[in-house]
Amino acid sequence: MLLEDGAWFPGTAPLPFEPAYAEVVFTTNLSGYQEVFTDPSYLGQLVVMTAPMIGNYGINPEDIESDRPRVAGVVVRELSLKPSNWRATGGLLDWLAAAKVPIVADVDTRQLTRHIRSKGAMRGVVAIGQGPTDEIRAALAASPSMDGLDLASAATIAREYIEGPKDARHHVVAYDFGMKRNILRLFAQNRCRVTVVPADTPAARVRELKPDGLFLSNGPGDPAAVGYAVDTIRELADGSLPIFGICLGHQLLGLALGGETVKLPYGHRGGNHPVRDLQTGQVLITSQNHGFAVRGDTGGVRGAKALEVTHLNLNDGTVEGVRHREAPIFAVQYHPEASPGPHDAQGHFQQFLQALDSQ
Amino acid sequence: MPRRTDLRSILLLGSGPIVIGQAAEFDYSGTQAVKALKEEGYRVVLVNSNPATIMTDPELAERTYIEPVTPDWVRKVIERERPDALLPTMGGQTALNVAMALARDGTLERFGVELIGANARAIQMAEDRAEFAVAMRRIGLDTPLGRTVGTVAEALAAAADTGFPSIIRPSFTLGGTGGGVAYNRAEFEELVERALELSPVHTTLIERSVLGWKEFELEVMRDRRDNVVIVCSIENLDPMGVHTGDSITVAPAMTLTDREYQKMRDAAIAIIREIGVEAGGCNIQFAVNPADGELLVIEMNPRVSRSSALASKATGFPIARIGTKLAVGYTLDELPNDITKTTPASFEPVLDYVVVKVPRFAFEKFPTADYRLTTQMKSVGEAMAIGRTFKEAFQKGLRALEAGRPGWVVGATLADDRLTSDSPEDLRVALRTPTPERIFQVKRALLAGLDVDAVAQASGIDPWFLYQLDELVEAERWYAGVPEVGAADLRRMKRMGFSDYQLAQLRGTTEEAVRRRRWDLGVHPAYKTVDTCAGEFPSSTPYLYSSYDEENESDPTGERGVVILGSGPNRIGQGVEFDYCCVRAGLAFRELGLKTIMINSNPETVSTDFDISDKLYFEPLTFEDVIEIVRWERPKGVVVQLGGQTPLRLTKPLEAAGIPILGTTPDAIDIAEDRERFEALARRLGVNQPANGTARSVEEAVKVAERIGFPVLIRPSYVLGGRAMEIVYDAGSLREFFERAARVAPEHPVLIDRFLEDAFEADVDAIADGRRCVIGGVMQHIEDAGVHSGDSACVLPPYLIGDREVEEMRRYTKAFAEALGVVGLINVQYAIKDGVVYVLEVNPRASRTVPFVSKATGYPLAQLAAHVMVGRTLDELGLPDDLPLPGVAVKEAVFPFSKLPGVDSILGPEMRSTGEAMGIADSFGMAFAKAQIAADGSLPLEGAILVTVNDSDKPTVAPIVRRFHELGFRIVATEGTQKYLRARGIPAERVQKVHEGRPNATDLIVSGQVHLLINTPLGKFTQADDYAIRRSALMHRVPYTTTMSAASAACDAIIALRSRTGSVRSLQEWHERTTVESQAPEPANVPPNGEPRPVRA
Repeated sequence: MLLEDGAWFPGTAPLPFEPAYAEVVFTTNLSGYQEVFTDPSYLGQLVVMTAPMIGNYGINPEDIESDRPRVAGVVVRELSLKPSNWRATGGLLDWLAAAKVPIVADVDTRQLTRHIRSKGAMRGVVAIGQGPTDEIRAALAASPSMDGLDLASAATIAREYIEGPKDARHHVVAYDFGMKRNILRLFAQNRCRVTVVPADTPAARVRELKPDGLFLSNGPGDPAAVGYAVDTIRELADGSLPIFGICLGHQLLGLALGGETVKLPYGHRGGNHPVRDLQTGQVLITSQNHGFAVRGDTGGVRGAKALEVTHLNLNDGTVEGVRHREAPIFAVQYHPEASPGPHDAQGHFQQFLQALDSQ
Repeated sequence: MPRRTDLRSILLLGSGPIVIGQAAEFDYSGTQAVKALKEEGYRVVLVNSNPATIMTDPELAERTYIEPVTPDWVRKVIERERPDALLPTMGGQTALNVAMALARDGTLERFGVELIGANARAIQMAEDRAEFAVAMRRIGLDTPLGRTVGTVAEALAAAADTGFPSIIRPSFTLGGTGGGVAYNRAEFEELVERALELSPVHTTLIERSVLGWKEFELEVMRDRRDNVVIVCSIENLDPMGVHTGDSITVAPAMTLTDREYQKMRDAAIAIIREIGVEAGGCNIQFAVNPADGELLVIEMNPRVSRSSALASKATGFPIARIGTKLAVGYTLDELPNDITKTTPASFEPVLDYVVVKVPRFAFEKFPTADYRLTTQMKSVGEAMAIGRTFKEAFQKGLRALEAGRPGWVVGATLADDRLTSDSPEDLRVALRTPTPERIFQVKRALLAGLDVDAVAQASGIDPWFLYQLDELVEAERWYAGVPEVGAADLRRMKRMGFSDYQLAQLRGTTEEAVRRRRWDLGVHPAYKTVDTCAGEFPSSTPYLYSSYDEENESDPTGERGVVILGSGPNRIGQGVEFDYCCVRAGLAFRELGLKTIMINSNPETVSTDFDISDKLYFEPLTFEDVIEIVRWERPKGVVVQLGGQTPLRLTKPLEAAGIPILGTTPDAIDIAEDRERFEALARRLGVNQPANGTARSVEEAVKVAERIGFPVLIRPSYVLGGRAMEIVYDAGSLREFFERAARVAPEHPVLIDRFLEDAFEADVDAIADGRRCVIGGVMQHIEDAGVHSGDSACVLPPYLIGDREVEEMRRYTKAFAEALGVVGLINVQYAIKDGVVYVLEVNPRASRTVPFVSKATGYPLAQLAAHVMVGRTLDELGLPDDLPLPGVAVKEAVFPFSKLPGVDSILGPEMRSTGEAMGIADSFGMAFAKAQIAADGSLPLEGAILVTVNDSDKPTVAPIVRRFHELGFRIVATEGTQKYLRARGIPAERVQKVHEGRPNATDLIVSGQVHLLINTPLGKFTQADDYAIRRSALMHRVPYTTTMSAASAACDAIIALRSRTGSVRSLQEWHERTTVESQAPEPANVPPNGEPRPVRA
């Protein structure tokens, strides 16, 4: 593993693979590697697992957040080759190999993590060899940077589809910017029928579907690069429809209502981030996975007067949730759908449902 | 919500003496609690009878009461101190039970004391298993089908539902005392009877067996605002059926998917809310069915625990400290993460390493005990190891145990692994029964070709762990065949935790050769930080562990650094008292502007609290691990004299490696340890030694014994798994001893000492600076010679030894200190017989009694020792020649007999106590009474005593029994004793011996008609009889004594308790008394016989 600043971290490749170039990020989730690797928000990222033993419980057909691994590559301290779990249907290595996702093991992942923490997220490459070659260095330098990268377009779906029960209580239109499957599971559990639409669906089509509410999904990349979605959301956020956003959806909502987003030095990725609900004072332990954030503080979101800040991260004070001052529109930066991660914030789904009920 | 301002004074209860199931972890939590409360400006009143703890250091709390942690005595403290609140969650089950008793009897209400941390309702709901099961059903969680019963008949009805095996869990007992697994009706009835007896409320739970299920624990914290965090998940390698204290455990959980983990997390949060722990922590145990993931709740402890101490050390999240702050009103988000200092405590630690805890057992001291592991805890200590992978941590953990295994290696013989055969079939059978050796049997099974599935099926251990272990076996095979070992090969093996010794064994070379090669190739461990956040945030706290990884995060300390070697896992003979010494010294070095670097592997202790030292290395205390740290740190020197035998045996190799040893020189230590050199020294100083000799064959042993005269005390260097020391009375028994218990050979010499029968023994602790020596205390043992000094009660000052002998011992001690050039602590043991003082041994190091003496005198000897080790003199420290004593202090030993079925409670030369309690008072009787009550709970003030003693004890027992008779006790005795007493005019009723028919002595005990038992072994033919009597007294909680001197002291104690109510006084007040009056100690009470009594020597 080579980083763009020249730092090199040796490891071993359990299986051969082609070099993969992408932004290098780390996640501190202790469990849930299968969910992480299939989460479309990790599209275009090389993911370093800080938990040292990965692969222990293998893989199964249920714990997936999309139909295949989405990460550009995986870096671990130790890979368990032989899994054990009653639900396991196979091993992690074979599963990644089948999806042509490279994995590097035996890396000092703590050193790598500390490096990223102090130097910031950056591009990197995993490749096979005794050491970095000039060719690899050049290719790394030429690879695209995450800043200004529209990955939502790559992560979204091609055609809209409907999911959920016929006798649904509500109909929700969900913009899929790289949506995690558990979001749909939770909507279904809450008796919602969801029409999932591609990222570039125009506002008119949404109105045509006559939903009770609108959902803006999570997704990868720089929110500022998804201008078309920002424009559409601005159009739809006129107060006529309850809106709920998660992660990228939260950032896009912020941008749509006049706010700005910034790239965080090394992002928040893991399942242990404390977030304060400013209204109740309570602390939620949240699942997070984002490299950008909406700018703001307790005073509000800069540039977006209509929004108030509802949640703050206790570690670094960044904005974790916003709400429209008048309309039933709100969004959170973290992942109430968890998967992986704690369920403390799942109440946001009920909150959205209440907004739909009171329509 | 900031801290509460309506509270001013807070009472904190400790857990009393160290027993199985309640050990040093409560010193750690209690110490954190005191410090946390002090920081907030509260006045802390502490009650704990265990002098060997840091928490009872008088500097810590405002008022430190070394008094029994029982409702009666704590009530006296409450009456005197009138605290506003009581924090009951830091002192284990003992503190919780006492708090509940005081809540129930109205004491707390009467004195306006509020329970903080956990309220009485929550404690009740968590502790009462029936209520708990109902509460769990309310929130949709399952528990093993269980029913609380109060009689054997009810139990049998319950068993009809659960089937066998069935689990028996008595209510309100600690460490699962009295619990067990019954596989059939007979076992079931026996266990239920015992459980009902041992439960303070005489009820027990009968549960569905979940044997073989996976076991997990979560450590949970909640604040007043209902914020909840999970601090740590722990997975047991041993499946359900083995007490978690006896299991090898791993953090974080290894085999759970996120779905399963989150389900458990949700359950934990629902539980802490439902039970209503409002501000504090709890530990919740779960069982998971490996076949379908079914989740059951096993139990919840609404307090800090051994597991929470482990979790604190495993994550860097100080649960007791944070729990204390929550109890006084803070919320989690208001408190900083003490490791990062930049993020709040309202988060969940993430680990980028693996932690393995391994229990340490003491079955070698209890060869007759049932060694099978069950739901009743039997281990006496534990080691924890941190590695980057499970394999690394696992092997480090096994070598940290200091149990003769340098890692995961099979024993030298089958017997070492508790096997008689290693055929696959026999191994498969053996693996079904959990024992301390099972983990090594697993290795034998894998070596013998059993596959992981077969081992998993037999042992119930999750295959994931076994795959990991199998990789170790494969790696060994590979390494043994490498043509020439290079750096990459070594690194590969070291990353799996193999020690140099193991690697040497694999290739038939020596540990030294492996190390040399490794060093030549530049293969060294890197030190990584435990930072609670897996590197996500910067952290400034140097809490370190080694791993053969790339980046080293530790900066060498250099000349200002002092390395203190801790004492490793607790074991019998090396417990919390040494941790006390290490911590005190560490703090002293910091005061002197030096940097303390602590190395230890025991997660229960204060010494492994990351804020006690400047740097903490959580590492095994083997030479390899220590030398790597010292090599990297380049400190001023290493302290070996405070942690007991563990660091002491590293003295020579460290010296040979050119590492400076602080304090007493290695050569002086060697003189004291080397038989011949020591003898020469004693001769030169004109100090008597018991006649002795060394033998290298059985014949020679007989010859030596006959020369010096029987009885003799034998100390073999090679033991067959039985007792290490024994007293034998004739040549026949001597030969028999070699057949049964020990081996003698030229390479295994045996030390033989003349045993001084009926001698008094005494311990002297002193401190020296190389020139001057100050006696800390002369302690007389209450038990006669022949009982290990650690097992004997002792009293300070001596009460039956003449002034001349005391003076002689002081003089000798000073002479030894001077001759050995002791810089630091020295302990000398003496025996006194016929007016002659004999030296038994000299230990130029901290002794077990250092904390006791320090608490009694008010002089912190270990701290002073640290000062002299770095060059200060006793004069500079202002130490007087005589340390004044404000009262009489008694130390009593505490034994694990009730936890270990099959063990006889008779005392002998082999130490078997796990802990100690102290009583301090104005008179011997009251001090002894307090120590007794603190150690075991009770002394009868009236009723009947049962006397059955051997012939040689009859003359001694008569006057003692006469005193009991005069006190109004009914006397019951077996035939011989009864006749003897009657003949001397003492009315005694006769009771039949067990073999004489019924009703007999045990029937009397079982039916509650005996309130005190005086029993000494009657000889070979009635051994079984005797044993039955002692055992039934033990199981039915009847106080008993097996020595005449203890019987006499008990009599004094009863007189003291009857004549006046015992008063309580804090250590601070005791010590103030010395400084104000600065007088000689009050003489001890009258000689215990009440009649002129010749000193028996």
